Amino acid sequence: MLPSYLTMAAILFCIGLYGALTKRNAVIVLISVELMLNAVNLNLVAFSKYGVVPSLTGQIFSLFTISVAAAEVAVGIAILIALFRARGTINVDEYDEMRR
Amino acid sequence: MFNVELTGELVAFFVLAAIMISGAVLMLTLTKVVHMVASLAAVFLGLAGMFVLLEAEFVAFVQVLIYAGAVSILMIFGIMMTKHEAVQEEPVRPVQEIVSAIGALCLFGIMFYAIRLTAFPAPSAPVTTGEDNTMEIGKLLFTQYVIPFELVSVLLTVAFIGAIVLAKKEAE
Repeated sequence: MLPSYLTMAAILFCIGLYGALTKRNAVIVLISVELMLNAVNLNLVAFSKYGVVPSLTGQIFSLFTISVAAAEVAVGIAILIALFRARGTINVDEYDEMRR
Repeated sequence: MFNVELTGELVAFFVLAAIMISGAVLMLTLTKVVHMVASLAAVFLGLAGMFVLLEAEFVAFVQVLIYAGAVSILMIFGIMMTKHEAVQEEPVRPVQEIVSAIGALCLFGIMFYAIRLTAFPAPSAPVTTGEDNTMEIGKLLFTQYVIPFELVSVLLTVAFIGAIVLAKKEAE
């Protein structure tokens, strides 16, 4: 059963990676990053049941990941709102101040 | 690969996997941003179902509360406060899309190959997750992992204060 869960997590991670690389809307990019973090959580919980030494450590790690991801989303959305106020756009390819 | 017997866990796994993959692909293909967030909520709920399958009930409930609840709502707020009528316009960068797709597919191929290649040994010790999953996690959190736990609480406080300060309108 473990390889199925790992493959599922890999699929989710790759979909999130593709979304983070191609989408223009910054909120959608943030969502794609969340998808990748969720894939990691699935791996951690799967190993906590089917790993060589099953224990609760994987679940506790995933809890820490979830709380850090929640903090990341809050700060990310706040930065996006501040950026939108300053620049009037939400497209990531228009945030190119440092390239010009 | 196809000689596995059809157990309840396998059937539930594939149903949840179908929900999650279709939700994730819909998130990539839908055009309205709010619909994207709704399909993402489906992915989060499917993931919570998988956690239940993996006997991690507490993590599953945390997943529903934090991700399907808080994060989705926060994302919708973010969309509403920026450009809520936003429709993702036609991609203007086909080269980048193709290169990204190839990169993501290559990464998946490598990971799939590695997963297929690895021989996962059977669990050595009997599963010690206990009858009461939540109580066991609580015991561990307040004994072995108490310092990371406190650090996470500090991190959350700092992050939320920082978010408020960042998103506040600047005083004229």
